[in-house]
Amino acid sequence: MQKSNNLICHRIIIGIIVLIMVLPLVATLLYSLSTRWGATILPDGLTLHWYIDLLSDPRFLWSFARSILVCAAGLALCIVVMIPVIFIVFYSLPGLKKVFNFIVVLPFAVPPVVSSVGLLQLYSDGFLPISGTFWILIFTYFTIVIPFVYRSMANSFAAVSLHDLMDAARLLGASTPQAFFKCVLPNLKKGILSAVFISFSILIGEFVFANILVGTRFETLQIYLYNTRQVSGHFTSALVIFYFAFIFLLTFIASRLGNHK
Amino acid sequence: MAMTKKRYHRRGAKALTYTALLGPFALLFALFQLAPVLWVVINSFIYDGELTLDNYRAIWDSAFTLQSFYNSLWLSLISSLIGLIIALLLVNSLRRVDCRLRRMVISFINMSSNFSGVPLAFAFIIILGVNGSITLLLRSIGLVEEFDLYSKWGLLAIYTYFQIPLAVLLLYPAFDALKDEWQEAAQLLGASMLQYVRKVALPVLTPAIIGTFVILIANAMGAYASVYALTSGNYNVITIRIAALVSGDIFLEPNLAAAISVLLMLIMAVIVMINYTLLNRSRYAKKQ
Repeated sequence: MQKSNNLICHRIIIGIIVLIMVLPLVATLLYSLSTRWGATILPDGLTLHWYIDLLSDPRFLWSFARSILVCAAGLALCIVVMIPVIFIVFYSLPGLKKVFNFIVVLPFAVPPVVSSVGLLQLYSDGFLPISGTFWILIFTYFTIVIPFVYRSMANSFAAVSLHDLMDAARLLGASTPQAFFKCVLPNLKKGILSAVFISFSILIGEFVFANILVGTRFETLQIYLYNTRQVSGHFTSALVIFYFAFIFLLTFIASRLGNHK
Repeated sequence: MAMTKKRYHRRGAKALTYTALLGPFALLFALFQLAPVLWVVINSFIYDGELTLDNYRAIWDSAFTLQSFYNSLWLSLISSLIGLIIALLLVNSLRRVDCRLRRMVISFINMSSNFSGVPLAFAFIIILGVNGSITLLLRSIGLVEEFDLYSKWGLLAIYTYFQIPLAVLLLYPAFDALKDEWQEAAQLLGASMLQYVRKVALPVLTPAIIGTFVILIANAMGAYASVYALTSGNYNVITIRIAALVSGDIFLEPNLAAAISVLLMLIMAVIVMINYTLLNRSRYAKKQ
């Protein structure tokens, strides 16, 4: 008797907390679908008008395309640069693992606002004047995703017995690069893919670097979202819902990939 | 002789391969992660081309800058505390319900951990703004007279909102350490629920709770986008202050921004150190 009472109690607690967490989302969704929602608790009427407006705004489509481009470029750069590094660390220089455990927490210890103070001064002029262009975003996005890419790749490396795999391939006459590309890399596909989706959802939401280092000179989705705040609440809501649906898709794919390991 | 030469040669080739493979990463990491931090640390001690502590003195003398530290610390501590308590309640209840509900809630929380920054600020304006539906609802019930989303209470609400998913995701795995049998054993020995929580559950969970708390504080101290979007950069917290000094419209003082940044990183370092000492102490307590 007491146990079932407890169960109801736990369900109520979960229900209340989830309700609080869902509330902003549901309200934004309702707002984006309503014709007018003035000084009342519920909206007046429903419409898809705001979504049509949004999807026919070229400025929105361009900012979305720019976001995808810069996030994909930063992430691709990180993966291409990290694959040989992780291979060396796990295969030949395991002593470096400690160094990397430190390296991957550094981006967390330094808030992006702090980094951007230095970045702004270092790359505004001098040998590499890339501040204000999308290049600086690509390189900073590279630093943001290092921990996520390293973690998920390191997990896959730990899961395959790397040395056995390499030895077997070499015994059959493959060179070290051949053994790596043909035997080791295919095993990492799932780890890399889940890293891609997690990192992508993080980068799409990045605002600090985009706002301080580049601003409107290369308007990404987040900057566009901020700049259109004065247009109309309904329009902005449609944009927020679109954004969240996109993130939902990415995290959904990531969790699917994670489950089928 | 020939042998050693060959070995040298091989060693040289190996070093070359390592450099070629590790080099690009090392270069990019140095240029875009280490160099900016180094610039900040060095330039925080430079004013008008001279080595000095003037920047730090300027922080101490400016009530406005000190207020930003106070506001940031206040928001971080309180939001971390509330977020932690709510997350503990949720995770504890999640472990008692069936697997399907648990999995659904966890994947929802996982998703909502991405709901932060600018989009979250707009969602809050819609529900808690001057004519927001929740504000109207609360007013019609008579719970609140006026709720100002753009004040510290509004910011506390939004900070707490983005802390909860993070806290849940960090605490959830830690609860695996708690065995159901322990609670039954404690009950059989005549312990009350409160005694069980105080003497068994909390000591086991302490390291995870402290660790989570530290990450939450760091997360809140570094938060920028939500405050900026909610108040258009008008609320005085550390990150807003720093950004205004390097990219504002009026006057730029990157070296003062650097000094504030160094203090921000110092505060975070101190919090991490406190975490370590507390962790060690709790392990010691467990051994006893």
